[in-house]
Amino acid sequence: MNEEIALRDAAAIEAAARVAEYEHGWSAEIEQEFAPKGLNEDTVRFISAKKNEPEWMLDWRLKAWRHWLTMPMPDWAKLAVPPIDYQNAYYYAAPRPKKELASLDEVDPEILRVYERLGIPLEEQKVLAGVEGARRVAVDAVFDSVSVATTFRKELEAAGVIFRSMSEAIREYPELVRRWLGKVVPCHDNFFAALNCAVFSDGTFVYVPEGVRCPMELSTYFRINAQNTGQFERTLIVADKGAYVSYLEGCTAPQRDENQLHAAVVELVALDDAEIKYSTVQNWYPGDAQGRGGIYNFVTKRALCQGRRSKVSWTQVETGSAITWKYPSCVLNGEDSVGEFYSVAVTNNRQQADTGTKMIHNARGTRSTIVSKGISAGHSSNTYRGLVRVGAAADGVRNFTQCDSLLLGHDCGAHTVPYIEVRNPSAQIEHEATTSKISDDQLFYAMSRGLSQEAAVALIVNGFAKEVLQQLPMEFAVEAQKLLGISLEGSVG
Amino acid sequence: MLKIHNLHATVADKPILKGLSLTINAGEIHAIMGPNGAGKSTLGYTLAGRPGYEVTEGAAQLNGVDLLALAPHERAAAGLFLGFQYPVEIPGVSFLQFLREAANAQRLGRGEPTLSGGAFLKLAREKAALLQMDMEMLKRPVNVGFSGGEKKRAEMVQMGILDPALAILDETDSGLDIDALRICGEGINAIMRRPDKAVLLITHYQRLLDVVRPDFVHVLSGGRIVRSGGPELALELEEQGYEAVAA
Ligand SMILES: Nc1ncnc2c1ncn2[C@@H]1O[C@H](COP(=O)(O)OP(=O)(O)O)[C@@H](O)[C@H]1O
Ligand SMILES: [Mg+2]
Repeated sequence: MNEEIALRDAAAIEAAARVAEYEHGWSAEIEQEFAPKGLNEDTVRFISAKKNEPEWMLDWRLKAWRHWLTMPMPDWAKLAVPPIDYQNAYYYAAPRPKKELASLDEVDPEILRVYERLGIPLEEQKVLAGVEGARRVAVDAVFDSVSVATTFRKELEAAGVIFRSMSEAIREYPELVRRWLGKVVPCHDNFFAALNCAVFSDGTFVYVPEGVRCPMELSTYFRINAQNTGQFERTLIVADKGAYVSYLEGCTAPQRDENQLHAAVVELVALDDAEIKYSTVQNWYPGDAQGRGGIYNFVTKRALCQGRRSKVSWTQVETGSAITWKYPSCVLNGEDSVGEFYSVAVTNNRQQADTGTKMIHNARGTRSTIVSKGISAGHSSNTYRGLVRVGAAADGVRNFTQCDSLLLGHDCGAHTVPYIEVRNPSAQIEHEATTSKISDDQLFYAMSRGLSQEAAVALIVNGFAKEVLQQLPMEFAVEAQKLLGISLEGSVG
Repeated sequence: MLKIHNLHATVADKPILKGLSLTINAGEIHAIMGPNGAGKSTLGYTLAGRPGYEVTEGAAQLNGVDLLALAPHERAAAGLFLGFQYPVEIPGVSFLQFLREAANAQRLGRGEPTLSGGAFLKLAREKAALLQMDMEMLKRPVNVGFSGGEKKRAEMVQMGILDPALAILDETDSGLDIDALRICGEGINAIMRRPDKAVLLITHYQRLLDVVRPDFVHVLSGGRIVRSGGPELALELEEQGYEAVAA
């Protein structure tokens, strides 16, 4: 590590210390157009019609819908999920339709204010303001369910990169979408994925053509803003041969009393020699200290490393949601392909997280790395669940798993549930796990040097999570460090 | 600088300090010696505000500020530094990051401007050089994998960077080889031997006091100062042992 990095770390933590409380607990006044409350075949048709979808898309949704009706909700995770009343929610909400927007300047100032309050990284604000020399990040802003604006489309297009809201992509690039949608996570994959297929409202589509290095990092901000609106986002990223793309996903949600369901699906496809880096900072409203409110986050994220030497890297920092059910996975079908999973999951108060990954080694020479850092405080429950599977034909597979838990206090739970299924004797599988606590000695030592207790906790926690945070693009790392500190405030002493 | 009056403190309900009084003026260096279990470390911890060290009676002021009313980090900002007998490891957090945050937190606490990255690095380099510590060591996690002697030397680097008004140094000399002892001792002189600063050295050995010459020496026994004197008292202790001197 060089000095600059050390200092940037310090600067980031400094920024974290300035943020005193959960800042995102509020709701912007924006008029909504709702689908009628409840969930039935008409809801599916309403959404499809609202989005002017072609016939094949409606059929696809209806098939998923019918399948969903036959599926039970999964109950194998270490989560206590209160019954969800699917009829008592809205499945579609959009800002009032306006003419197509050319740039963010034309976006409803109220919405822009929302993003400002959300603290969209300064770098991006600079870019949006056209500041010379600012680092480029394209923002596809998903406000509630509909993409409001897309920036830098032209520059991306010049490079041949397609970056669209899913609804636009379905209309403009039907063949591409049709070719890959549901190929990584099929509609019948699981209960929540099927539900998503039926009622997904919008999301993001990215296609990076052969040999193209995407000229900027792509980022999407999700935000739940309407009471009782389920969020069903859908992301599909395809990196063609030799392509590279880094995608950032971050989200925060305003404070609500009622639980909100979020069931996103993310599909990634990497062809020969392609690389996708997918980074998430997840900060959905976690509920209050008594466990009231908060988002239920049931997400299916999966990558297909289809090509030889392809690589997919998932990095996630999970601090939010009342319930998190999420296993970003890699199916390693291409020879010598690589899957990585770097995760920090923080639970505090009454939060429950059951998260981890699956690395499915189907081809020879495939490698995977799993680094999971669980931080538990309050009365929370934090489970790492990870599968490493090696198929019989996959020679020379290697996996390394590092799974660390950090406990703050005595009333929280940390669990590690590794599944290892190896059908090829040449595989080298390593698994390391540790559990530690922040000791009173460490806290006092740091405080005796001048750090407040909360700054000391944030510092120690960020040190614990460093391996993962280092994987994030810089502006995201700063946000993530902030979030770790904020999420654990009041959890010690 | 430091005024301790009739300090009583308990640890786990056990009375350890039993009416300790001590005054240290600016510009002075004091040494406290005393048998194992006398309460020397307890004095340092109590003044620094370690949880579990409960003051049941008495007062302690640092430059007129009531130390006992402050949280540990506020005591640091008020100018107190405790050099630990057993420095603590913090994995994943580099010394540079740790100290920059700590230094700036103290500055903010005092309403002073914070150090820029460049200014901090310059300061850190300077103090590391003073203690003949390789800058690379400060890029490593706090105390992790450091030898006993390196930890003590790092404590002195920390003191140099944080620039306290009063340093309580708890057995800084234990675990040091002869060269390291001299380096640390000279470091203490360079950093703290100033008209506006003061030091309380906790030690068992004359060899540190040969380098850092104390103005006053005290014997702590049974939770109180039982004898005070000049530098010659340390020599007397070394010759005759605590029992004879404290009796
Ligand atoms: N956490 C603790 N619980 C109980 N007793 C303690 C604790 N810490 C220190 N003591 C006791 O307090 C007394 C003084 O200890 P200490 O201040 O460390 O002595 P010194 O530094 O002079 O050797 C000893 O009897 C020691 O056993
Ligand atoms: Mg001691």
